[in-house]
Amino acid sequence: MTFINYASREINCKIVYYGPGLCGKTTNLQYIFDSTAPQARGKLISLATETDRTLFFDFMPLELGTVRGFKTRFHLYTVPGQVFYDASRKLILKGVDGVVFVADSQEERMDANIESLYNLEENLQTQGYDLLKIPYVLQLNKRDLGNIVPAEDLAAELQKKGEPVIEAVASTGAGVFDTLKAVAKQVLTELRKG
Amino acid sequence: MAEPILLREQQYHQIKAVLARLRMDASAKVVFLVDKDGQEIASQGEVGNLDTTSLASLAAGNVAATGGMAQLIGEKEFPTLSHEGEKESIHISVVGRLLLVVVFDERSSLGLVKLRSKQVSHQLAKMFEEITSADYDDVDSPFAGITDEDIDSLFS
Repeated sequence: MTFINYASREINCKIVYYGPGLCGKTTNLQYIFDSTAPQARGKLISLATETDRTLFFDFMPLELGTVRGFKTRFHLYTVPGQVFYDASRKLILKGVDGVVFVADSQEERMDANIESLYNLEENLQTQGYDLLKIPYVLQLNKRDLGNIVPAEDLAAELQKKGEPVIEAVASTGAGVFDTLKAVAKQVLTELRKG
Repeated sequence: MAEPILLREQQYHQIKAVLARLRMDASAKVVFLVDKDGQEIASQGEVGNLDTTSLASLAAGNVAATGGMAQLIGEKEFPTLSHEGEKESIHISVVGRLLLVVVFDERSSLGLVKLRSKQVSHQLAKMFEEITSADYDDVDSPFAGITDEDIDSLFS
């Protein structure tokens, strides 16, 4: 839930990166962290297993700049992608302002994408949100790999409501900031509506 | 999207005053108030280099996770959580949709912190209820006149 503090003239929004296991959610955050000036971001907190799989969530606060005299700060979260961490995923969606679905473009991950997207819809519903109404971006990640589904086919299968579809290679940063920008823009536009 | 929470300057200072008193009464190092979604609302005390933004997010995650466990065993939630370290400790109490987080050391005790936290809980809950019950439509939102150029400028 967006939080506007008139005293400190700050606005805080929560963005959640969602998607199947190993699709690159943490890599998105890591790239943003690595390529942002230290004064514009906080620590990247990763609650991960010993094998670097996300156990609970990754978190990073990012300050984008000032709009109308208010500092805009985005709290970026990832969820654990592995199927059995569903309880954690539900919790992290609480108070979400915008969602990025990171799809894995590899052919063999198509079913995992569909399952995870269905899971997102369901979990949003349990938190009282509707995917069709919430600011939302579809990122097609790992476009540099050989065995990938054509972008049009992936979009045809996964796009829900005409949301922005962004091709990305999170490990090199391609498309990462475009994705963030697309979702942040929708969140701020929602605030304009009031 | 859910309506934003708007915290007015006067409300912010009222909350800070309550936190300051709690901090003194509980002999705590830092006291802060966090929304259950992980947003820091206000803090008071020896914040120094403490990363309160991360702490707020982790406190909310912590309460959310233990709340999930509570429900699995038939409890609504666990209203308080304590973590005791060698020198520094943390006490978290759930106050409606808020979390009151108190960081303290050997100058205080868990019993005192619990007692003092409980004493201000009702007041904080009431204050926050007034904040969240304000109608967003009636407020002169600073974002009503925001333009696409304003938004684009954040990314230039």
